[in-house]
Amino acid sequence: MPEHTLKRFDEELERLSATISEMGGLAESQLARSLAALRERDTEAAESVIVDDARVDALDEAVQEQTVRLLALRQPMAVDLRVILSSIKIAAALERIADYAKNTAKRSIVLSQATPPAAAVTGIERLGRLVRTALKDVLDAFAHGDVAKARDVWERDEEIDQVYTGLFRELLTYMMEDPRTITACTHLMFMAKNIERAGDHVTNIAELVSFRSTGHGFDEARPKGSAAIYATSDAPAGTAP
Amino acid sequence: MSMPSTQAPAVAAPVATHAKADVAKLTPKISIKNLEFFYGDSRALKGITLSLYANKATAFIGPSGCGKSTLLRILNRMYDLYPGQRATGEVMFDGDNLLRDDQDINLLRARIGMVFQKPTPFPMSIYENIAFGIRLYESLPKSELDGRVEQALRRGALWDEVKDKLGASGLSLSGGQQQRLCIARTVAVKPEVILFDEPCSALDPISTAKIEELIDELKQDYTIVIVTHNMQQAARVSDFTAFMYLGELVEFGATATLFTTPSDKRTQAYITGRFG
Repeated sequence: MPEHTLKRFDEELERLSATISEMGGLAESQLARSLAALRERDTEAAESVIVDDARVDALDEAVQEQTVRLLALRQPMAVDLRVILSSIKIAAALERIADYAKNTAKRSIVLSQATPPAAAVTGIERLGRLVRTALKDVLDAFAHGDVAKARDVWERDEEIDQVYTGLFRELLTYMMEDPRTITACTHLMFMAKNIERAGDHVTNIAELVSFRSTGHGFDEARPKGSAAIYATSDAPAGTAP
Repeated sequence: MSMPSTQAPAVAAPVATHAKADVAKLTPKISIKNLEFFYGDSRALKGITLSLYANKATAFIGPSGCGKSTLLRILNRMYDLYPGQRATGEVMFDGDNLLRDDQDINLLRARIGMVFQKPTPFPMSIYENIAFGIRLYESLPKSELDGRVEQALRRGALWDEVKDKLGASGLSLSGGQQQRLCIARTVAVKPEVILFDEPCSALDPISTAKIEELIDELKQDYTIVIVTHNMQQAARVSDFTAFMYLGELVEFGATATLFTTPSDKRTQAYITGRFG
């Protein structure tokens, strides 16, 4: 894409993308640190994740300011308009992802007082790793305008859904076997749900990366995971899907 | 699609394809086919094919010298005023090729009116500016003529501002008012199509907004074609946009599509301010 005749416009668009990238890097680090805090049972680290969420919020506000300014002063058209609109939405998705990381950190503080089943914690970590990798890849795709890479991330959400569903079933089983684990497992279940939601936002970002370049997302319906998460505790867990 | 074939646009789809879906239900008022235009030996328009739809506003945009004003001026045979200029191809206006040699130019210009860049009121009273054109085509009793003048001034969104000074000179009005007087004068002879050639480039933003609002209202009764350098204006007032470059029609489609996801790289570069 050649440069704008008006150089300042290019500079402002670059600054907006740089703010998004910074925000993405921070959200990724928040997610990684919240998972580490859970694994290490490190309440101090968890506290610092909670405090640092304000930095993500501040960057989100900076994106809002920059986009409003660009819309008002530059009257963007076509690809410029799409870049600006998708920036608002990507920032909102990153802000949500960071929020989920904060919630995970909060619950890890509570969990440090309990004894959650070790295998379940490992399962959360695995789910978190998948989402983190997807987030990192989608941010790379964003930085390079790489639609093929974004599509690859978008397709991987299915795997995240499957791991989440498996983890959900596993947690149900623990709770049925030993009711004393219910408190800890419920926290883990909410964490799993939060991380899975973060994965959904990563998928949305992948679609927005495509929209920026092409004007449309990935249109065909993505295969959805099983319905096991809607199983109730009085149904045998194995029969759910 | 179950539309009868007679209602489909009579011309081949232009370069961009997204226009197809938009136009299926519309009636072309003017269908341009393989239009070429020459200033002496130099070819200013190259194989233009597009339709102008009834009761819609179509904007022609493009950098200076792209041929958009030339194209507009062909539509009411303005080029007949200059020797050495000629057009080939077909411009069907309600089924009649308006390029044919025996075309009644005066009647054509009554059916296809034009508003210019600079307001051009006649040096006579506001009333006479409107009545003059009506008298050329019809002879009406005074009372009926008064009614037609009022109707035209109302249509031009000027009545309330001038109703108490119809005898004042048209030249005493402000630039924006003069331009609306010209629109009222055009509307007075009951045209079917109105051509606007940069109608707001000499006006302040408030007057511009009034003209744009007027164009939006006029669409109900007329087919509108507007040439503008102001892309935001094209985006605001038109339903369809044609992007021209170096005498060619690069892309034609629904304005909302063309300004958000243009198909052609040159259109994208132009509307986002990357060249031109």
